[in-house]
Amino acid sequence: MTDAASNSPKSEHKPQSEAKRSLLQTLEVDTRLLGMIGAFLVICLSFQFWTGIRAMPVFVPNPLEWLSAGRFFVPQNTFNITIQTVSVAIMAAGMVFVIVMRHIDLSVGSLLALCSSVMAVFQTQIMPNTFGFGLEHPLTAPLSVLVGILTGVIVGSFQGWLIGYQRIPSFIVTLGGLLIWSRVAYFIAGGQTVGPLDGTFLMLGGTNGTIGVTASWILGAIAAAGAVYGLIKSRRARAGHGFPVKPVWAEAALSAIAVAAILGFVALLNSNEVPTARLRRLFAARGETMPEGYTEFYGIPISVLLLLIVALVLTVMSSRTRLGRYIYATGGNPDAAELSGINTRLLTVKVFGLMGGLCGISAAVASARLSNHSLDLGSLDELRVIAAAVIGGTALAGGMGTVYGAILGALIMQSLQSGMAMVGVDAPFQNIVVGMVLVLAVWIDIQYRKRTGV
Amino acid sequence: MTTNKPTPLVEMRDISIAFGGIRAVDHVSVDLHPGEVVGLLGHNGAGKSTLIKCLSGAYHADSGQILINGKPVTINNPRDARAQNIETIYQTLALADNLTASANLFLGRELITGAGFVDDAQMEAETRKIMGRLNPNFRKFNVPVSALSGGQRQSVAIARAVYFNAKILIMDEPTAALGPQETQMVAELIQELKAQGLGIFLIEHDIHNVMKLCDRASVMKNGQLVGTVNIADVTDEDILGMIIMGKKPAKAA
Ligand SMILES: Nc1ncnc2c1ncn2[C@@H]1O[C@H](COP(=O)(O)OP(=O)(O)OP(=O)(O)O)[C@@H](O)[C@H]1O
Ligand SMILES: [Mg+2]
Repeated sequence: MTDAASNSPKSEHKPQSEAKRSLLQTLEVDTRLLGMIGAFLVICLSFQFWTGIRAMPVFVPNPLEWLSAGRFFVPQNTFNITIQTVSVAIMAAGMVFVIVMRHIDLSVGSLLALCSSVMAVFQTQIMPNTFGFGLEHPLTAPLSVLVGILTGVIVGSFQGWLIGYQRIPSFIVTLGGLLIWSRVAYFIAGGQTVGPLDGTFLMLGGTNGTIGVTASWILGAIAAAGAVYGLIKSRRARAGHGFPVKPVWAEAALSAIAVAAILGFVALLNSNEVPTARLRRLFAARGETMPEGYTEFYGIPISVLLLLIVALVLTVMSSRTRLGRYIYATGGNPDAAELSGINTRLLTVKVFGLMGGLCGISAAVASARLSNHSLDLGSLDELRVIAAAVIGGTALAGGMGTVYGAILGALIMQSLQSGMAMVGVDAPFQNIVVGMVLVLAVWIDIQYRKRTGV
Repeated sequence: MTTNKPTPLVEMRDISIAFGGIRAVDHVSVDLHPGEVVGLLGHNGAGKSTLIKCLSGAYHADSGQILINGKPVTINNPRDARAQNIETIYQTLALADNLTASANLFLGRELITGAGFVDDAQMEAETRKIMGRLNPNFRKFNVPVSALSGGQRQSVAIARAVYFNAKILIMDEPTAALGPQETQMVAELIQELKAQGLGIFLIEHDIHNVMKLCDRASVMKNGQLVGTVNIADVTDEDILGMIIMGKKPAKAA
């Protein structure tokens, strides 16, 4: 533009021609999100058929039979997949902001190992030896988690400072971090598995900490009410300013979908029965005997609740706060953000600090799930986390990405992995498939953006 | 019309800035009075953008002084400039492509609800109001600005300056990307803002527009100031001579 004379022709951006308003446009739903949900359902269905066919003693050429015989979409498996997704999903939610800012964080798996080793050593050695609080002391679990998150925030912020203020590319800083923090974790843990961990702490892992059926339903009801309230409130705000709003039926349909999705999710987790052997053990531990025919269901795991809270907080942050606005603005045009008075360097520190804190939370979930700190915890997680964010629609060019997309991306990856393991695909071949899915997802996304012009 | 005003709105004294070995701006002094449009002219790479970036806070001058209403000020970053009611419309449209018009208009100065969240509905309402005044044909409030035409984007950038009550407005080739109609719109806007008492630095290559819109013109060449003339006292040939030859006409002020 510099050399153009002032009467140069108008730039070639032409306004998109107004297309006919389709059903989806009226509903104003995110079509990319719909695409991802569709892909997810296709994956689930495929594995349902596949496991169904495998489960049959003799092959019957009837898809309905395959569907009902399938082992993939059964309460226990969906419950397990949900639990296995949490750790990567929490980090992927933070990775969205890192990538939106046009950065990358290769150190998350390593940092997770560091946070986990700090938490494990803190509760098994430092707490008992220094403060005299043993395992099972009520303060052990909360203090450990706090120390773990703090470790992540400090290390993440330091990396962010190197990137933002010292202008070292994030790829380099976090590649260094990848090599450094896992080794530091190794030394902190003394080169061995650290455990057993505190019982309360283990409740963060999934199966060992669920809130039960009733509480799950209550939470689900509150969440559903909250979703409807939010839709109504934003409609009121728009109508109050005289802006165009969606027709009432569209609004009602969206509310119904939201409520159904929330309650369906709760129902799914609530339908997973605690195994009888496990119940017997629990009763025995309390010195009682289990009544005959007694059953219990898991309900929502605390780790999943944690993920949902992280997702909610980060979504609100990204769409409703200045911090979020500035992250996206900086990703869209760093110069414009800087010229608008945004302190992009400090913002970089904050985003990497947040990423570190999330690694701390993930570390708590991951080590609690395995019930000890193991040395290879978090290894290769950076690749899973980045892949989840990218499959979820985060553009590496920056400025674009959503938290819910990344979480869905993590879920898709975990489903693929679990499904393939169930149908007996060998581990090396699993990686090949996941790799292909990653590239395919990005290709589809590029095609989608070309078509829709966004 | 500017001869006997006591203190200028803006005075940039003896500003110098170098990038590596290049003296992009070399001991340049310019000033600006309320209700005045001062054109900054010069060939490509003369240092015009660099000079005004020292005023808008994008760059920090190596030496020299900036006075606002006669008082020396330090402008270290764009926030400092905004605090002095200096608004800038950049040559390279400083908009975040992935955000909407209203998010861009309020970027860095978002309206906030009582609970501390960004008030998008309120910001959109304000954006609709100001765009209704500046560019009534503007409809694209709910799409990222990447979907806007060059002229529409420019009007967002201008709306930002107008909305926040700029006292000092810097426009770096505001019409470079515009068609004739939009250029006319910007010209009218400049007249209107000038009548409201704003001081405007206008970087412009089209000599025609300069003669029409500016009260004075400062011409730069190779980072140095060739001279400042009253538009009323010179012809466009005189100014072209200054730009191309770097020679100040004899009769100029
Ligand atoms: N950030 C920078 N780093 C290095 N050199 C720069 C930088 N910005 C400008 N320059 C140099 O300073 C000189 C003045 O550039 P400037 O952008 O101020 O020119 P201009 O008068 O605005 O030109 P145009 O009419 O093309 O916009 C040029 O030689 C340019 O190459
Ligand atoms: Mg320029």
